[in-house]
Amino acid sequence: MTTTATPLDVVGVRADFAILGRTVREDKRLVYLDSGATSQRPRQVLDAERAFVETANAAVHRGAHQLAEEATDAYEGARQKIADFVGVDSGGISGPAAGSEIVFTKNATEGVNLVAYAMGNAATAGPEAERFRLGPGDEIVVTEMEHHANLVPWQQLAERTGATLRWFGVTDEGRLDLSNLDELVNARTKVVAFAHQSNVLGTVNPVRELADAARRVGALTVLDACQSVPHGPVDFKALGVDFAVFSGHKMLGPSGIGVLYGRRELLEALPPFLTGGSMIEMVRMAKSTFAPPPARFEAGVPMTSQAVALGAAVDYLTAVGMDRIAAHEHTLTEGALRGLGEIPGVRIVGPLDVVDRGGAVSFDVEGIHAHDVGQVLDSLGVAVRVGHHCAWPLHQRMNVAATVRASFYLYNTLDEVDALVDAVREAQRFFGVR
Amino acid sequence: MQLQQMYQEIILDHYKNPHGRGLRDPFDAESHQINPTCGDEVTLRVSLDGDTVRDVSYDGQGCSISQASTSVLTDLVVGKPVGEAFKKMDAFVELMQGRGQVEPDEDVLEDGIAFAGVAKYPARVKCALLGWMAFKDAVARSEGAKA
Repeated sequence: MTTTATPLDVVGVRADFAILGRTVREDKRLVYLDSGATSQRPRQVLDAERAFVETANAAVHRGAHQLAEEATDAYEGARQKIADFVGVDSGGISGPAAGSEIVFTKNATEGVNLVAYAMGNAATAGPEAERFRLGPGDEIVVTEMEHHANLVPWQQLAERTGATLRWFGVTDEGRLDLSNLDELVNARTKVVAFAHQSNVLGTVNPVRELADAARRVGALTVLDACQSVPHGPVDFKALGVDFAVFSGHKMLGPSGIGVLYGRRELLEALPPFLTGGSMIEMVRMAKSTFAPPPARFEAGVPMTSQAVALGAAVDYLTAVGMDRIAAHEHTLTEGALRGLGEIPGVRIVGPLDVVDRGGAVSFDVEGIHAHDVGQVLDSLGVAVRVGHHCAWPLHQRMNVAATVRASFYLYNTLDEVDALVDAVREAQRFFGVR
Repeated sequence: MQLQQMYQEIILDHYKNPHGRGLRDPFDAESHQINPTCGDEVTLRVSLDGDTVRDVSYDGQGCSISQASTSVLTDLVVGKPVGEAFKKMDAFVELMQGRGQVEPDEDVLEDGIAFAGVAKYPARVKCALLGWMAFKDAVARSEGAKA
């Protein structure tokens, strides 16, 4: 890991992102503050994907030709890089990828669904899947700050199995309310699913504490790491979670590729979700057996060039340095909290300090709907997200219908934070609320 | 400036001083519509007198575009035969889905022509149509209830 001794060279970084040089809405300089939704991609990632397609494109893990071999190596090489990036086992003992704790999915949403559906499928699987079975009396615990992707699949699993869905509340400050931890995570709990960092509040949750509590009662943990893995050093082994998901497109990679991490012994016992080609061991007309993980969870020809590009994104992030990126975003977040906090009528929804807080800053502007604020910002070139950011129950909890969210990444600058603050003041002028 | 094209004075006036706002009795049917991307919502009631729209009342929360559009709706349809109200709705929908290429008819849409600029922003079209979808649904429900 690199050190934070030298700050991030943001000018150098920005030069790698062609899109940041464009203008929008009649010659306005683009100020892209929506990386929490999707990040931009550097030339190195695009080059890697193009090079793969131009030199080695083939269906992986099949085909008796050189291209198939090279494509498989590139795909599995990406898996290994990603495993190293998040501190988990890359496998490789008995052949490419065998034993890897990294499963490629379409995105993080699919990763959560994979676990939830596989747990549902445990009902009809063998005795090795016993620990994944859920039924009436069992409990699934989530939090009120979850993205819909880590809430709705659990609601659905509860409906299908008769299990009960419960959740941690959120404090007025926007932190997880753990005051009833011992009551919520109990002998009936089978799953505890929660975000590492809230995509709305920016709050970084105490993963270790929750994982320890879950382990004490024998419950499985599922971590939504979409907003953490792209923005700082993350080590799933050190965090002690059982499963974790994240998406490639939020970490300089392409869309259509995501990652599920699962502890090896769990992946080995987990029944499949999607079935078909590639994921089998033996197929007969009446019945089939399944490949060991990760192949068991990757039915069909996978998204190969996207995986290769995500590997390149991990290389890029590693070269810049995850500590350095976290420190850079910390500075931007501090600037935004200060600048927005000084505007009368602006209410920040989430922690006001930068302790255990990432670079998603959501806010409400008194007297102006978030959509209207966003429109004024857009007219000035400032790209933000507006609405409930796929966390509707959280917005209800925070007593706000919709918020404006600015989210930062390694290529953003303090000048851009200033542009955001100025644009919010302009929105107030335009709508005459100040 | 583009912003002024979108937020015409007429729209801002309707937003700040909405016409016909508030839920009223009696009514024949009610519709609740949600824009799932932003969480905006409107509850709208229609009261029909035979074939005529006697009253439209509504409540909700949302952006200036959705609120102003619903306010304009009440101006356009109250007191009109249902058929004529639907013709106005069709004209408004056509305007909103026209990507800024449709020339609105002021005789038909009155203040509604101010939304021509909004049609250039596809993400806001849903906002402008929220109240109208509620109106269409409520009329269908009241007719369904009578049938």
